[in-house]
Amino acid sequence: MADFRGIWVYLSASPLLHLTLTLMAFQAGNWLYRRSGRNPIFNPVLVAILILISVLMETGTSYETYFEGAQFVHFLLGPATVALAIPLYRQFDHVRRSAAAILASLLVGSLTAATSAVGIAWIMGANRLSVISIAPKSVTAPVAMGLAKQLGGLPSLTAMLVVLTGIVGAMLGPLLLNLLRVRDWQARGFAIGTASHGIGTARALQVNEVAGAFSGLAMGLNAIATSILLPVAWKLVFG
Amino acid sequence: MLSSVTLIFFCQLMGELATTAFRLPLPGPVLGMMLLFAILLWKRGVPRELAQVGDALLSNLSLLFVPAGVGIMAHFSLLRQDWFPLSVAVLCSTLVTIAVTAGTMVAVSRVQAREPAGDSGSGDKVDG
Repeated sequence: MADFRGIWVYLSASPLLHLTLTLMAFQAGNWLYRRSGRNPIFNPVLVAILILISVLMETGTSYETYFEGAQFVHFLLGPATVALAIPLYRQFDHVRRSAAAILASLLVGSLTAATSAVGIAWIMGANRLSVISIAPKSVTAPVAMGLAKQLGGLPSLTAMLVVLTGIVGAMLGPLLLNLLRVRDWQARGFAIGTASHGIGTARALQVNEVAGAFSGLAMGLNAIATSILLPVAWKLVFG
Repeated sequence: MLSSVTLIFFCQLMGELATTAFRLPLPGPVLGMMLLFAILLWKRGVPRELAQVGDALLSNLSLLFVPAGVGIMAHFSLLRQDWFPLSVAVLCSTLVTIAVTAGTMVAVSRVQAREPAGDSGSGDKVDG
């Protein structure tokens, strides 16, 4: 089996291996999701992440090595965010008509996201650094990390909590909204985007274009709102 | 195809440039989204090619989060101490935020729909 080892060493050095593994893991996640009758527990993103982490740990591969291949997929996140302007433009008439409702939900949602996270973490006895780091968890990762740094938190911990928040929102958000009998696609999308940024938006887009457009809009607006509100609120409460 | 890809990348690049140059508290791609949106308003429509490229990117948006998500493995140790309070906080806070945000949106829309003085022309139906 020396040959196999040789091949593995050769492949590991090429970005193609981890790029292909990322695509395969996601396809497996999609397959499982469909086979389970679209059970939210088998969220394709979550399944793919778990498969990849197990493979990397099993093979003793570092995240840095993995990322050399996966960065090509990761890179497309930027252009895809830009492309969210397209569904937003298509739904612009709806957006304009709902401007007041959008503004009100944005303010309430942005403040609820931060205060409830900080409050629950604090009551449950998390340490100061963790409490600070969870405050911007509902905001898209680059903004959230900047905010964590500004408040004196740990940006890498924030990045992780942002991803977990996105997965929770994508998995359980639609279920919760069904339970609450919210049928309006605008409200569903906006709520998911406010609470769970891009990962939630990706889920919303798969279900309905109106929901996807409002979710993308909420993600962008919440990044702006939280960047302005959170540092001010933090100073008022803890400063 | 190529011109649409170029346009999208160009918007992102301008967004990145503007956020670093003016130290805006926004990620470059979000600003790029606003720029593309402004261009679409100006063009009064989405060119078919751009729509194809955009839809191809967005229909696989979930996939694009996987590499960042795998990054969790690099930070497991950060969670060792506070994993329980943080997990509870993420779970509960996310669900509460979704419920409250959707509730606000539905409530405000309902109030607006009842008020006859609106600038939308659909105020001619009065129920109840």
